[in-house]
Amino acid sequence: MADLRIKIGPLEFRNPVILASGTCGYGSELEDFIDLSEIGGIIVKGTTLEPREGNPYPRMAETASGMLNAVGLQNKGIDHFEKNIYPHLAECKTHVIVNVNGNTIEDYVDLSRRINSLSAIPAIELNISCPNVKKGGMVFGTNPASAREVISAVRRVYDKTLIVKLSPNVTDITEFARISQEEGAEAVSLVNTFLGMAVDVGTMRPKLSTITGGLSGPAIKPVALRMVWQAARAISIPVIGLGGIMNAEDALEFIMAGATAVQVGTASFINPRAGKEIVAGIEKFLVEKEIDSVSTITGIINRK
Amino acid sequence: MKESPSTFLRRPLSVHDINLSENTLSLLVQIAGPGTERLSRLIPGEKLNLVYPLGNSFTLPMHGERVLLAGGGCGMAPLLYLGRKISESGVLPHFALGFRNRSRILSHDEFSALGPVYLSTEDGSQGYRGFVTDIPEFSNEHWDRVYCCGPEPMMKAVAVLCRKRDIFCEVSLENLMACGLGICLCCVVPTTSGNLCSCTDGPVFNINDLKWQTSG
Repeated sequence: MADLRIKIGPLEFRNPVILASGTCGYGSELEDFIDLSEIGGIIVKGTTLEPREGNPYPRMAETASGMLNAVGLQNKGIDHFEKNIYPHLAECKTHVIVNVNGNTIEDYVDLSRRINSLSAIPAIELNISCPNVKKGGMVFGTNPASAREVISAVRRVYDKTLIVKLSPNVTDITEFARISQEEGAEAVSLVNTFLGMAVDVGTMRPKLSTITGGLSGPAIKPVALRMVWQAARAISIPVIGLGGIMNAEDALEFIMAGATAVQVGTASFINPRAGKEIVAGIEKFLVEKEIDSVSTITGIINRK
Repeated sequence: MKESPSTFLRRPLSVHDINLSENTLSLLVQIAGPGTERLSRLIPGEKLNLVYPLGNSFTLPMHGERVLLAGGGCGMAPLLYLGRKISESGVLPHFALGFRNRSRILSHDEFSALGPVYLSTEDGSQGYRGFVTDIPEFSNEHWDRVYCCGPEPMMKAVAVLCRKRDIFCEVSLENLMACGLGICLCCVVPTTSGNLCSCTDGPVFNINDLKWQTSG
């Protein structure tokens, strides 16, 4: 047995594997495949104050070793969430984190305040990196001043664990990591999807209704890994690494590069048991290497 | 399916037939890209990882009803097993099947074993010339229910016909999907209750619930 526990701010996770927002629904969708108590935590679908229908179909295109999506934060809004989804989540046997989105700073603040009062939600992931909405999202996450403003405003009203989800669509990821730390976030998670596109040469039309969308999957892993490594060296708060993690080896790469925890996203679409298998794979690796705890190898490549 | 980087996701395929005595599940695969190409080359004994069954199913008819199963091309795949279930329930299924030409006709014997089959081909090389909706029996005879699966323009044409005559009609959609579990929200279809996942809320929808019918 190896000790897989990790801490993000005051919050202890039983292991470093978290299911990424938008790829695990509200948890229940995966319960035919995995026991969520075996996962470190889940980050439920991006939530907004108001109900949203998302973008028109088609919203997805398969690409080489990855996929583009342009869902656009389809969700039924916070009222529906509180009334119909939260009561079930409160029974969930793992940490449930809500991914928070808005068009304006006021939206982010109001929503964070609402979720602050939900006792069974110990953390939020502030999504300033969604590439598929016209307002908000990545607009905040690619401009340092706007990023600072929204993180600072949310920090003032949210007193539990605050994770900021960063966009990779920037020149210098460390700048946004530092801003998050300076404004009092407990952790950053990176990377959200890369802005990409695909064209159907048969119909001579873009494959996505929105033309551009977010690229995820193994195609982005080396770039995501590089950004996680850069961010981890720039800040002292935990980095949660994600981007194309398909198996335990991928997860270990992120951990060794400096990630305290990892998120498993697109992998769950192909293998709904991916999260659980990655937990098992990390443990197996540590046992075989006779390493006591996962924290021993966090950022190990950065040590002399 | 790991040998090609462009076959990253699972493939959503409907069940063509099930034979419980032989313990077999049949899939009808049209080669549309590297993923389905690879599936088409599977050899006996090769193992596949499947996540089945997913989504809803057609509503079975009531006793004494006249039902028509309308399919186009490879899209007629789920109608064989549906026809079998309808037949087992004591109702005679009629099939209206449209293909591009004579050489594209699939599973004709299997359908014929269950009920009358009306064929159309676009070039007239067999059956009626034209589309499924051009088959005279479709328009001239009384139908209580129509079940439909095929290319979207064909399903829309069937829906228009059914709506005109106030016939109960269900269509099975084949939207692009990533997860099949109602998580990714990529396969959504606009309905009277908002965007719904065709993987979990469908793939079968009553045409009255679909937004495209109102404009069709």
